[in-house]
Amino acid sequence: MVKDQNYLENKASYCLDLAKKLGATDISVFVGNSISETVNFRNKKLDESNRSDNLGIDITTYIGKKKSSISSSNLLNDNLNILIEKCIETTKNTPEDEFNSLPDKDLLAKEVKDLNLYDDNHIENDDKIKYLSRLEIAASNDKRIVNTESSFVEDKSNFILANSDGFCKGFKTSSFIASSVVVAKDDKSMERDYEYNQKCHLKDIKNAEELGKKAAEQTIKKLSPKKIGSEKIAIIFDKRIAKGILSTFASAISSSAISRGTSFLKDKINQKIFSDTINVLDKPDILKGLGSKSFDSEGVKIDTLKLVEQGILNHYLIDTYNGKKLNLKSNGRCGGTSNLYFENGKISFKDLINSNSKSLYITETIGHGSNIVTGDYSVGATGFLIENGEFKYPINEITIAGNFKDMFQNITLANDLEFEYSVNSPTMMVEGMVVAGK
Amino acid sequence: MYFFMSDFFEKSNLSRNETEKIISDTLKNCDDGELYLENSKSESILLDDNKIKNSNYNSDLGFGFRAVSDEIVAYSHSNEISKNSLKQSSESLKSTLKSAKGSYNHSIPKSNKKYYKNINPIEQKTLDSKIEILNKVNQYLRSKDNNVKQVTANFSGEQKSIEIIRSGGETLTDVRPLIRFNVSVMLEKNGRKESGVYGIGGRQSYDSYLREDNWKNVCDEALRIASVNLESKPAPAGEMKVVLGPGWPAILIHEAIGHGLEGDFNRKKTSAFHNLMGQKVASEGVTIVDDGTIDNRRGSLTIDDEGTPTEKTVLIENGILKNFMQDRLNARLMKTRSTGSGRRENYRHIVLPRMRNTMMLNGKQTQEEMIKSVDKGIFAVSFGGGQVDITSGKFVFNCTEAYEIINGKIGSPIKGATLIGDGPSILREVSMVGNDMMLDPGIGTCGKAGQGVPVGVAQPSILIDKMTVGGTKL
Repeated sequence: MVKDQNYLENKASYCLDLAKKLGATDISVFVGNSISETVNFRNKKLDESNRSDNLGIDITTYIGKKKSSISSSNLLNDNLNILIEKCIETTKNTPEDEFNSLPDKDLLAKEVKDLNLYDDNHIENDDKIKYLSRLEIAASNDKRIVNTESSFVEDKSNFILANSDGFCKGFKTSSFIASSVVVAKDDKSMERDYEYNQKCHLKDIKNAEELGKKAAEQTIKKLSPKKIGSEKIAIIFDKRIAKGILSTFASAISSSAISRGTSFLKDKINQKIFSDTINVLDKPDILKGLGSKSFDSEGVKIDTLKLVEQGILNHYLIDTYNGKKLNLKSNGRCGGTSNLYFENGKISFKDLINSNSKSLYITETIGHGSNIVTGDYSVGATGFLIENGEFKYPINEITIAGNFKDMFQNITLANDLEFEYSVNSPTMMVEGMVVAGK
Repeated sequence: MYFFMSDFFEKSNLSRNETEKIISDTLKNCDDGELYLENSKSESILLDDNKIKNSNYNSDLGFGFRAVSDEIVAYSHSNEISKNSLKQSSESLKSTLKSAKGSYNHSIPKSNKKYYKNINPIEQKTLDSKIEILNKVNQYLRSKDNNVKQVTANFSGEQKSIEIIRSGGETLTDVRPLIRFNVSVMLEKNGRKESGVYGIGGRQSYDSYLREDNWKNVCDEALRIASVNLESKPAPAGEMKVVLGPGWPAILIHEAIGHGLEGDFNRKKTSAFHNLMGQKVASEGVTIVDDGTIDNRRGSLTIDDEGTPTEKTVLIENGILKNFMQDRLNARLMKTRSTGSGRRENYRHIVLPRMRNTMMLNGKQTQEEMIKSVDKGIFAVSFGGGQVDITSGKFVFNCTEAYEIINGKIGSPIKGATLIGDGPSILREVSMVGNDMMLDPGIGTCGKAGQGVPVGVAQPSILIDKMTVGGTKL
């Protein structure tokens, strides 16, 4: 069983008391425990079981404007004594930084909302095995499937965040993940693809057969890919890639990138950075939402933000430290966004793929080709050529490149948004990008 | 018994005898397995935006218990060090492997060689002296160039002690130091921003890194890369010739070839290389090794995380595929021996076959000859990182410093772009191998299945006849 609130609170208050006694003026403590049980399958047989029990503590101590932190997985009191002493010593020897402080008291969360993020149900490993067998049988139907690897993860977590201003709150979350990676082969090629499903509640996990079948179909479609020539072409990003572009946007408006001046979106507040039709929301109170929370990693209350409205940037993602530097109040985004998404566009998926006589549909990208200082984007890609609204053939060994500043102004979204992750996007078309191939 | 493991047996209700008994009992019908104990201490000190922003100290203690039967691995880990917790792990392993009928393989090779010193780099220098250097770095860079708008510099140091207890009580230990020093600079000129990053590191003490000429060299290099990028123009798009500089650009070898030669992917036949053993996969003159035995290198290991001594494994010899990299599990199933390549990020993770220092050895040509021979192409000097799809064999890497080559001469710098190629065929496109092999500066981390491990790479300059450059200029 994952440690209860009582145990975590006791550890946190032990640390708060000791650090105060040793001379800290302000303190924050995070104590967390997570237990996960995973079963992996390969080619319809059990491959691996993995039980993981993680306990951890992070302590930050302040002496005036000096700050230092320690973390440990060993929560025995005599170890904590040594570490806290060390932390206080280090704090004394660290130079002052005028912006160091705990969050403003009036911004701290007053309550933990009931967002239905914890499911007490447990799935025994034997039942995970049954689920994965059904999944892999469904995934192996076609002769061209030569390898299947699937996994079922159950994770239960609990935490307490406490600080010397009296904040002490936490909540339990659960997560169930079923996934499958499939390899298909023909005379000319070998290809891999996957399907993934994560939910807070066990009963919401997709049907095993459906998941296996989808993983197999997506992989077989990729066989015998071609390489195309270099040209300027409309790119359509599958939802699972489009959400990555939204995540890059989020890191470019984080207050740390803004205050350090290392973002291409610095000083763009109240300016039009996307095409007119684009709205971006960050909504922390979605029931069972994978990114839902009542407060951020400093304890600051978090509310829904309309980050982008009709293409105009309304907010940065602000934490306490960088907020003070920028003369702005924290909006509860220390540690990033909650449930971040593009609102639906106006046209259907079908109309989107029909809007150009020729376009490229991208299902996977590789490489770390997003530069948030300059906005430059260049990644390896795999996908399909679309002509007159029809998927013609698979494509690989190409790159796609552009600059986010231009790409954001040329986005058209379909109306097929679903909440499958903590960052979500409808299918996205970007015009004017360059493909490099032959 | 080693003093650094005393936290396990002195400060808990576990005795060594009891622990050994639980291990032997749990593994009795298994083919392999062990209890892996890890005690690590690490620190990181960060200067950013003119201030010391973070000084963090971490201590981590935990165990990972593994039982292997045929192809099945059962694993359980915890950082609660108690009899209860170990027994719970044991029960979890036994329930997964209730029908195991194997016999335990006790043999594990031994070696007395050590490739780094048993030191704790963190304790060797005071916090003050590290903070002082970081402040000097900041002042040095900002006074050197007026366009410097941001400087980030950090030290990180670690001492990781591991102990492997096998069924029957056999014990193997290692103490691994690791440090790294990194500098990142952002320049702004006429409204344009560009950045440059450089770092050094290895399994040694901070001493040599705190020397003035050394940290200044790191600063100069980061600044040089950023300055070059300020003048860069859009990169070309399409297939062309590519000259790679020596050292760090060997990420190409790591991505294009290295991952595809790891034992697990080949046993499962999901690697594009699985049916190419003994065949010609590279041009003549191309020899690639994976070497865990170079003193004090970031990717070196005295023993791997299963206790096998590391070695220098020849992967490709004069163009012919010779060996895969193996851990014990994949070696047993493929009826070969472990190459000492079994690694894990920490006790929270299972062992996988991984790279150490992956190197292409010297050839005969010079970089000058290569550049002279290219009519239109690019010269790539520094890289940010790479990635591979081992099944299709397609890999990418991201240039952070590159130039165009026109008519045999190096031209203007070009913007960072992604290069993409096909792993199994790229080495056949290598038409010249240089005589200037260099090791990377010691900053690489390789990610696989969610686990990051420190690695090294090395290569001489090479000429690749055809690769796709992912720029924006058609």
